[in-house]
Amino acid sequence: MRELNGLYALWYREFKVFLREPSRLVASLVQPLMWLVIYGTGLGSIVSVSSTGTNYQTFIFPGILAMTVLFGSLFFGLYIIMDKRVDFLKEVLVSPLNRSTIFFGKVLGGSTDGIIQVTMLLILGALFFGIHFTWYSLLLSVLVIILMLVSITSLGLTIGASMSSPEGFGLISSFVIFPLFFLSGALFPVDKLPSWLHVFVSVNPISYAVDALRTVMLGISGFGILLDLTVLIAFALAMVIIGTLAFRRMKI
Amino acid sequence: MPIIETKKLTKKFDKLTAVNKLDLSINEGEIFGLLGPNGAGKTTTLSMLATLIPPTDGTASVNGFDVKKESSKVRSSIGFVFQDPSSDDLLTGRENLYLHALMYGVEMKNIDKKMDQVLKLVDLTDRQHERMKKYSGGMRRRLELARGLLHEPKILFLDEPTLGLDPQTREHIWSYIKKLTTEKKVTIILTTHYMEEADRLCDRLAIIDHGKVVALDTPTKLKKSLGGDVVTIKAKNPDITGVKKLSYVKNVKHDDGTITLTVDNAGSHLQEILKIVGCVEMVEMRSPTLHDVFIKLTGKTMREGEGEGGYFERMIHSRK
Repeated sequence: MRELNGLYALWYREFKVFLREPSRLVASLVQPLMWLVIYGTGLGSIVSVSSTGTNYQTFIFPGILAMTVLFGSLFFGLYIIMDKRVDFLKEVLVSPLNRSTIFFGKVLGGSTDGIIQVTMLLILGALFFGIHFTWYSLLLSVLVIILMLVSITSLGLTIGASMSSPEGFGLISSFVIFPLFFLSGALFPVDKLPSWLHVFVSVNPISYAVDALRTVMLGISGFGILLDLTVLIAFALAMVIIGTLAFRRMKI
Repeated sequence: MPIIETKKLTKKFDKLTAVNKLDLSINEGEIFGLLGPNGAGKTTTLSMLATLIPPTDGTASVNGFDVKKESSKVRSSIGFVFQDPSSDDLLTGRENLYLHALMYGVEMKNIDKKMDQVLKLVDLTDRQHERMKKYSGGMRRRLELARGLLHEPKILFLDEPTLGLDPQTREHIWSYIKKLTTEKKVTIILTTHYMEEADRLCDRLAIIDHGKVVALDTPTKLKKSLGGDVVTIKAKNPDITGVKKLSYVKNVKHDDGTITLTVDNAGSHLQEILKIVGCVEMVEMRSPTLHDVFIKLTGKTMREGEGEGGYFERMIHSRK
């Protein structure tokens, strides 16, 4: 019972803080909208993805959605360093709660924030970017997004647990976020890539999230939805296990 | 049976030995102080007792539980008020208490009642619905004190409870801490590098330097151990050897025309001493403080001014 209450407490904190800082929500929507409106329109005027039966802006929408989750969730995880800076994290760690409960509370909190951001984007997508949802595609999209939220938040928390200062943030975005994003096929179809590049794309779990979202939203499939979901579930499980271990070992 | 007991408790960070074979025995219901300069190993000791960091060597038991083997039970028995701010600025005081109650296993049906109680204890009932951002340093400390009590721990750790607070607020905090021990009957272990704080609050205290206990007793006895009052005399060409011959004079220190003496019953002997010293420019007589004890034991002053800095400095500079 205490663990459950503790889980609720950790979620409650993240959620309340999120609601009290509306700037975070706004900021999280500005970047994807710039990609869609400016980059999507600009590049869309010279490139054609007509082979996929859709325009460029619509084509990258699932990719930009995945990007939003990638950036938002990873940085959410890294913010644990801020809790370390002051003694808030100690207050949590001195509580009788299990470290794994603390980890899951954080993942739950981060995923909730992510769901709210993504919901806004999905609505905008349906209204302005030519995405047609059926109940089936909506449900599958949400499933894919949740798997992504859980795995990327866990990844961020794992990195955050082993870092002691925010100076490494820039490094993380250069060496983790951008490679994952650019090698995911978020911005271009991956089937015509040279084989050396294709290797990188196929070992990148984000590629499977982008592919899954594109499959259910636009009917454009690369790896096949079954493989996508298998990879995403395995990735989420692995990240959760690694994250739990990282939290158990975390020293303050 | 002591409520906290450590045996040869040791913590090493790479080459630095922060805590060196510490033996402590703390009784139920007392306010026990760990007094020492910054870097003496006080916070490290508390962190080991609270199971935040594992000891390198030695054992410690808290409320009868071993800190290594029964860490979760240890954590259920204690409350901790940290040196740095440990509440969320965007949440209200009451919300921070609520989080704590949930995490520390307070029964759902008692949470509201308990929160009301502790808020009243630290006089924050009026401000409970304000975000912590708007709290002053003193209010924040009070709220964190209250929070430490919310789950009715048997032992409360206070790490530098008045660091960086103004003298008036410090007095307030002290009176709250005193109130806690009388009303809630908790055992309190506090660290401080303020002599006055240790003197005013603690039933017993251990003076720590370089991770070792150099003295352990009640503040009164520690001061008495110096053997009298402290007399400072400024004089031209003082007769040091003459003063040293006096039977009631101990610990003569001479430094560029200023002599510091420890004197038994200084009041009745002062006249005589001054006569011997010669041409006196200034005389000061006072009861010994813990500061004098510290200087005698360690041969150095406490470097009181050298703190860990204010809240913002600590936000900016990592201490790790």
